[in-house]
Amino acid sequence: MMNVGLNEYLTVAVAMFVIGFIGVLVRKNTLVIYMCLELMLVASTIAFVAFSRFNGTMDGNVFVFFILTVAAAEVAVGLAIIVALFRRRQTVQVDELNALKN
Amino acid sequence: MPDILFHLFAFLTLASSVAVVINHNAVNSALAFLVGLVGVSGLFVLLDSFLLAVLMILVYAGAVVALFLFIIMLLDMQGGERKSFSKPTAVAAVIGSALLVVCSMTLIRSFGGLDAPDAASILPVGANLKHYGDQLFTTYLLPVQVVGFLLLTAMLGVIVLSKKFDGMGDVK
Repeated sequence: MMNVGLNEYLTVAVAMFVIGFIGVLVRKNTLVIYMCLELMLVASTIAFVAFSRFNGTMDGNVFVFFILTVAAAEVAVGLAIIVALFRRRQTVQVDELNALKN
Repeated sequence: MPDILFHLFAFLTLASSVAVVINHNAVNSALAFLVGLVGVSGLFVLLDSFLLAVLMILVYAGAVVALFLFIIMLLDMQGGERKSFSKPTAVAAVIGSALLVVCSMTLIRSFGGLDAPDAASILPVGANLKHYGDQLFTTYLLPVQVVGFLLLTAMLGVIVLSKKFDGMGDVK
């Protein structure tokens, strides 16, 4: 059986990142776009942990620690912004939020 | 055995990531995201980072997804979206992501794969909780302080954003 190494983990990370990227481009709902951004962030953490494991160092793991903290803060602020936006415009669809267009 | 588990968790992660993108109902997307996080957490266990696996469940599944579900239900969007894909966006997405895949795969495969040694020959430093404390309180002491300050700032920011101020109703 094939031995699972660094390349397999990196492939999973890349695939997950790309799926999140497609989601950000394709979806119209701000909340789902935000969820896809989180997906990309999580994909990067897989790469960090895999590199850290196969390098035998702690730095990647500690970095993921910080990424988790920053992601939690980011989600709180981002969702507050979305709620404020919804209060003012009564919608969260990005194609209706076009005040800066034209 | 770990190989089978790797394929299982990888499939779980990728399948639920796809489900996040293609689901038309935002609540279903959030729940698929939750399943994906369980898969990622399993991958972390296979990489011997037990603390990060637990933290992933606690912070992401416990706090972030719960917050997402709360906001989705608070805003109460009526059963998803009217028109999902516009044609230029879909074309741009396909081209962009294809480029991204090609670039990443070229990078990974061009050296015949990165020549990482076998996992069994490397000491799993991430498995030991002592190493985290050791690093966080010596090398990464300043980042820990900065992140603490960032959390405080984020909390204040959220309070300011969600509070209604008198006389600012017509500020555009």
